[in-house]
Amino acid sequence: MISLSKVTKFFGANAVLRGVDLTIPTGKSMVIIGGSGTGKSVLLKCILGLVEPDGGTIMLDGQDVRRAERDAFLARFGMLFQGGALFDSLRVWENVAFRLMRGANRRPKDEARAIALEKLRRVGLGPQVADLYPAELSGGMQKRVGLARAIAAEPEIIFFDEPTTGLDPIMSGVINDLIREIVVEMGATAMTITHDMSSVRAIADEVAMLHQGMIQWTGPVTDLDGCADPYVQQFIHGRAAGPINPIR
Amino acid sequence: MSAAAGLRAIGRPALAALAAIGRVALFAVATLGHLLRPPFYWREFGAQLMQIGWFSLPVVGLTALFTGGALALQIYSGGARFNAEAVVPSIVAIGMVRELGPVLGGLMVAARVASSIAAELGTMKVTEQIDALTTLSTNPMKYLVVPRVLAATLAVPVLVGVGDAIGIMGGWLVGVTRLEFNSVTYLKNTIDFLEVWDVGSGLVKGAAFGFIVALLGCYHGMNSGRGAQGVGRATKAAVVGASVLILAANYMLTEVFFTS
Repeated sequence: MISLSKVTKFFGANAVLRGVDLTIPTGKSMVIIGGSGTGKSVLLKCILGLVEPDGGTIMLDGQDVRRAERDAFLARFGMLFQGGALFDSLRVWENVAFRLMRGANRRPKDEARAIALEKLRRVGLGPQVADLYPAELSGGMQKRVGLARAIAAEPEIIFFDEPTTGLDPIMSGVINDLIREIVVEMGATAMTITHDMSSVRAIADEVAMLHQGMIQWTGPVTDLDGCADPYVQQFIHGRAAGPINPIR
Repeated sequence: MSAAAGLRAIGRPALAALAAIGRVALFAVATLGHLLRPPFYWREFGAQLMQIGWFSLPVVGLTALFTGGALALQIYSGGARFNAEAVVPSIVAIGMVRELGPVLGGLMVAARVASSIAAELGTMKVTEQIDALTTLSTNPMKYLVVPRVLAATLAVPVLVGVGDAIGIMGGWLVGVTRLEFNSVTYLKNTIDFLEVWDVGSGLVKGAAFGFIVALLGCYHGMNSGRGAQGVGRATKAAVVGASVLILAANYMLTEVFFTS
């Protein structure tokens, strides 16, 4: 279980997170929604330690993440980045097998490649892409390779940062379905950041809305449409009029 | 302008410059710390050795060749004023190995390598590849910075040594074909007047310049701002910073090596 309590983060005078309280139960898929620039990605990076929070606590299974042994902590996570963040200089299979070929649990090259090919197959990519470089792939294929890399070491917790941004609706649907299937199949805890409502409905067990650096609303995805919160209603229906000022 | 405003105008950039020097120094210390602790990524080190050493050879070699030739012509025409044309071989050799070989080699490597490292790492930062490395339990300092800095520190002295030889050859070529020197006498004078420390000091300078080039490239790349403009600024800062630091370090090393 991941628990955040009163997490704050400032960039200069700009308060991005103003006291976030959130719990993500083990094995559940939590989707964080919210407008652009509301601190969703910063929140995710705070949990991973890529950005240091200025205040509050972040606990993973009861242990403060700042006191956790870094390698062991990160080994529990997989992450799909918004733009894929594939390493340009490495072939597709080397990207997928990156973690498998380094560190304490290093596998032999042939075994790592076999696992990479299996993960690529799992995300719908054939062995013919394995020896290509990321620049030779389309945006959708890069996202799938990123997904394969995120699940390659079978992590307990997977983060998805805007998994469908920049993709056409059909490819977005494919990625959403893949994420849902993989999370269920692996029994992983998932945290997804998105403002794509089709992703929310496809991926989420639980939803939290982040607004002005605080959790505005949280609840099961089944309660989303019926919730009375005017911020949530404005966001999920994409209305220009409402309590959220569209010009931030 | 009031006195306080004038002081502020001087003080702010001075403090900013000192803070920048401090950050680079801390980055250098962190790099050395990571260099001494495992893991070490040999494959990345080998790739950087090729990139920085082997692929810089043409530009360093051509620079040295033309510099050696021009130096021979200058010393000949200057020396003719007091009948000292005969010193051309020894001055070309000493000038190349002590000063021009390492400094021009270092500057050419700064232009080629510092820019390339800063642009590559800057782009990796902007596209979240460096964050991705961290989430994959790989320390970016160990994976990206240490192999580049070590490769440059080891490769640039070799480039300087090769550049020295090519520069002297450029001087010999001009001396023999344009200035009517006897080939054997030219080479004999070169060897007779050159001391081991002349060459050694140039190679030590090369190592220091290689360290500076890669360190500045990595520092600015890892701290690049957002977007194309951020990467552009990082690249420019890396080349300018490395070039200025090479010239400053050259003066200080020359003081240490040759004035005592």
